Formats: sequence, C-alpha cells, structure tokens
Amino acid sequence: MSEIRFDAVHHRFGERTVLSGIDLTLTEPRIGIVGANGSGKSTLARMINGLVEPTAGTVTVDGVDTAKQGREVRRRVGFVFTDPDNQIVMPTVAEDVAFSLRRSGLTKPEIAERVAQLLRRFGLDGHADHPTHLLSGGQKQLLALAAVLIREPSVLVADEPTTLLDLRNARMVAELLAGLAEQVVLVTHHLELLADFDRVLVIEDGRVLADDRPAPALAAYRQAVGRQ
Amino acid sequence: MSGRMSTIGTYRPGSSALHRLPAGPKMALLLVAVIGVVLLRQPWQLGIAALLVAVLYGWARIPWRVAVAQVWPLRWTIVVIAAFQLWLADWRAAVVVCAGLMIAVAVAALVTLTTRVTEMLDLCVRLLGPLRRVGVDPDRVGLVLALTIRCVPLLVSVIDEVNQARRARGLGFSLVALVSPAIVRALRSADAIGDALIARGVDD
Repeated sequence: MSEIRFDAVHHRFGERTVLSGIDLTLTEPRIGIVGANGSGKSTLARMINGLVEPTAGTVTVDGVDTAKQGREVRRRVGFVFTDPDNQIVMPTVAEDVAFSLRRSGLTKPEIAERVAQLLRRFGLDGHADHPTHLLSGGQKQLLALAAVLIREPSVLVADEPTTLLDLRNARMVAELLAGLAEQVVLVTHHLELLADFDRVLVIEDGRVLADDRPAPALAAYRQAVGRQ
Repeated sequence: MSGRMSTIGTYRPGSSALHRLPAGPKMALLLVAVIGVVLLRQPWQLGIAALLVAVLYGWARIPWRVAVAQVWPLRWTIVVIAAFQLWLADWRAAVVVCAGLMIAVAVAALVTLTTRVTEMLDLCVRLLGPLRRVGVDPDRVGLVLALTIRCVPLLVSVIDEVNQARRARGLGFSLVALVSPAIVRALRSADAIGDALIARGVDD
C-alpha cells in the first residue's frame, strides 16, 4: 500500500481556516473519512490528489510532494467525485474510459482491449456505445470509477461517491469499492459503508477529532454530532 | 423536450457506410455540402438537396424522430429569419435562406451522429498538428471540441431542472429566474469539470 503523509498541514480559504494542524500517515488499505458538511474532509481528500495545495505543511504520496509534483501524484492517485456528470468528458461510455488512456502510449487496439475488459468487469459492456448522459446515476458513477481505474492508480480517493445515488446504486458502488485491490480513501456520509474499513478519520472544524478503528471512530462522530 | 434535445449531435452506433467512412472525408464532404447549399438559389434545388439529406439519414439508419430533433431547436430562429426575409424580400428568398440553414445543420448533425467524437478529436489533432510550431496545442483544441459536444446535454438538463424548480415554486416565466440560476449552475459545473479534468490527468 502507498504511504500518504500529512505533515503539519494547514489550509486557509480567504479568512477561513479549513484545515489546521493535520499530521497523519495513512498506509491502510481502506481508510474512511467522515465529518459534517464544511468540516474540511473533502479538502483533506483533495489534497491527496494535489487538487488542493496546503497553505502550510506538506502532503506526500510515497514521498512525492503533491504540491510540487502534482502530475506524478495524479498518476498514483485516482479521484472520483460526488457528481459523475462533472467527471465524464466524452459523449459515449467506451470513449470516456478510453479518454483516460489517450496519452498512455498504448496503440488503439490495446486501448480498445483494455477498455472492453474494464467495461466487462464493471458490467458496462452492454453500454459501450451508449451516450453517457442517458446512463442511470449508478451507471454514471461506475463509469467514473472505471475511467479512473483504467489508469491503474495505486490509491483511489472517492469523495462522497454514493451521496447522489439511491440505495440500490449506492450499494452497487460500495460493493465495487470494497472489492478493489487498490488502496481506497473514502469520504462519505453513509457510515455503514465503513464498517469493514481499517481506519476511520473523523474531521471536525478542520481538525482530526478521532482517528481509530471504525466502531470507536464512528461512536466519537455520533457523540460529536449529538453535542451540536 | 430535454430528451429530444439531448439527442442532438450525439453519436449513434451503427455499421452503415456513413458510419464506416473515416472522419476526414466526412468532414470534407460536409464542407462541400454546406458551400453547395449556400450557392443554391432556387427553392426546387433546395428541395432536391433536402431529399438527398433525407436519403442519407435513411442510409445511416437514423430514426426520423432523431433526425427531426437535429433541426427542431432552429424553429424559432427560422420563424424570425423567414419573417425578416418576407418583409425585406419575398417568399422565395425566405424559403432559400431558411431551407439552406436547416439543410446545413442537418448535414452537420448527420456527421456527428455517425462519427465518434474520438475520431473527430484525432482528425482535429492531425489537422492542427502543424500549428504546434506557433504555440497551438492541438490536443487542447480537440478537448475543447469534445467538451463542447459533451456539455450540450449537460446544459439542457441544467435548464430543464431550473425550469422545473421555477414551476415548483409557482413562478411564472421570467428570463431572469431562468437565466441567473442556470448561469450559476453552469459556472459551478465548469469549475467542477475543470477539477475533474486535472484529476483525470489531462495536463499530464
């Protein structure tokens, strides 16, 4: 598994402190991040991919600085967003997955073969030529996942990937995430998805409120929510 | 409406000769067809051109509903142009201008309906390749084209949702109530798409 390190990380957005004094080393295969809206959990997740740079401190993935070597980091870290519509670039399913490999140096037949394999694995092979905007929410999220995983990242960061989905689709995406070989960092409000995770971080007001196994961490989160 | 709008210019899989024709010759034929249509001056000539386009749609096995959807968004523009032409010239001019516009759009749509965006992207990158020397990034231009096509159904759904929200609040039609939230949402989407493109390694 990759080593994701946060060293004395602070982040400010204008006058507002979003993250403060974050020191973490994440090496577990399954890491969950929970917290209220605006707590800073999405900012924390985006830092792993270099989408947000800390205003102080450093974030590294396997020793690679996300602020200085963003491209290198993004080859290692895939990112799935809440709304797959914002992540899908091409008008058809197969084209969108292939888009991720456009600068991979692979030949067209090689790309087509890899795309076909991945679409089969994700149950989207029957939709290869379908317009992406006509897919269901769950299928769109699966497509977004496929488009990220075809680049074979060692870490997958998913920022509330089930929030916009109904229960059935949320389960489908959760099952797929659970079966991945890649290290997964999952930001979610669906606490039941984290039951089998190795580690859960609870973020509150830009700080780590709890960092533990799922049961005690989620108990601390529920207690904190109860206090508010 | 949004369902029909979202079919505009979206590739439809198929195995017709038009589907199999490479993007380069198809774009060249499109150019010739549009120039040809502009040069037509008689309504009967445009009638033949329209018939030819209809045959091409049939040949590509594009359902007639999808074919109509390609020119349907032009209806108000056509009404305005026709009225203008009738006022300034005569019915012949109105027919020639309006039919020419519709045929040109229909032919262009036929190209996008039968050509994968990746094929057009590759063509664009090839054609713009020589401009690398003057600082043009063909990949980036191709990406802009792909995103433009991709964003049509996205924007249609945004406008549809904003419209439904307005109706749900019991408000009558208001351009401000439609345009303001639609622009805000479009800008937010643009921001999010930018983040997603970076995350997908577009800059790599």
